[in-house]
Amino acid sequence: MAEAAKSRSEAVAALPTWPDEIYRVLKDAGIRQVAMVPDAGHSRLIRAFEADPETRVVTLTTEEEGVAMLAGAWLGGERGVLLLQSSGVGNCINMLSLPVICRMPLLMIVTMRGDWGEFNPWQIPMGQGTRPSLEAMGVIVNKVDEPHLVASTVQGAANLAFNTWRPVAVLIGQRVLGAKNFKELARK
Amino acid sequence: MNNPNALLHRRDVVNELLRDRADLLVIAGLGAPNWDVSAAGDHPNNFPLWGAMGGASMIGLGLALAQPRRKVLVITGDGEMLMNVGSLATIAVEAPKNLTIAVLDNERFGETGMQKTPTASGVDLAAIATACGIRTSRIVRTMGEVTELRDLTHAGRGTAFAQIKINPEALVFVMPPADGVILTTRFRQSVLGDEALFN
Repeated sequence: MAEAAKSRSEAVAALPTWPDEIYRVLKDAGIRQVAMVPDAGHSRLIRAFEADPETRVVTLTTEEEGVAMLAGAWLGGERGVLLLQSSGVGNCINMLSLPVICRMPLLMIVTMRGDWGEFNPWQIPMGQGTRPSLEAMGVIVNKVDEPHLVASTVQGAANLAFNTWRPVAVLIGQRVLGAKNFKELARK
Repeated sequence: MNNPNALLHRRDVVNELLRDRADLLVIAGLGAPNWDVSAAGDHPNNFPLWGAMGGASMIGLGLALAQPRRKVLVITGDGEMLMNVGSLATIAVEAPKNLTIAVLDNERFGETGMQKTPTASGVDLAAIATACGIRTSRIVRTMGEVTELRDLTHAGRGTAFAQIKINPEALVFVMPPADGVILTTRFRQSVLGDEALFN
């Protein structure tokens, strides 16, 4: 098991092409504002946006700030994306009223915890609650569990959000991200 | 003649902030600030909130970043600002020159029965904003200072924050349209032109 987990995490570390692919997809979608609370799964994408003079990367104190910020961006004619971890979805719930009732686009890219291969039990409640919470608020949810489907899923979600003016979330599963092995970390 | 210690009246404050508003863009927080902004005159360049408590300041940030040539004024209440006080840190770091946040501080949750907010016990929002790094941050107690704040907003030389101490009076509701799609669409059409109507 440990060997399998190790080779899997090495494989993921060696071949994370999907962050670069979704950077291109988001650029093509006209994204100018990136609102985020960082997650390890988003670190490569965040670095790409930070190196891009055309995008503004805004670090939030809590994810609901990003929902409001991107509503303001839309009012001013700019498109944005909210990058967050699944636990941060819980921080957004009431603020999602805003894009839902105003029929504004909101593109959320959520990296999952409390999902496939999770070690930390405290991640389970919100991880398992992520999809039902979003759907209860009226957000369209697409989950992706295969690396080669991430870019097309994000592209489809961006089209859906910005062409039909609705909040859409892409959940990137831990099958794609790799699950942290805390026991290995503790041994280091 | 006037009692110098008298608290300001909220609608006088808002009328002065919105005097000769030109192409000013206004976000109004839910509750009384929404009714105050609407009492000063319904306008397509207003985005008055009927919910999304805690969101006003960050809507202002996203809008100010998207429209750097326009001036953005957020008018909200102390309860609304306190609900997302962390946004002052976010906004201070981004520091858009064209954003002013004016908090109408009656030290009460006005819509729910005038219960005291933390500002009634001395929580100093202006000091929090200063500590976050918003250098133009002040407590406002006179109409002269309100006029200064109005002029600062139009000058747009840096992010500004004001905690305006007002009388905890309950006034008649003056309501804008309630439908979020109408508010969003007319705002975008006014700011962006007819293109905003097409996907």
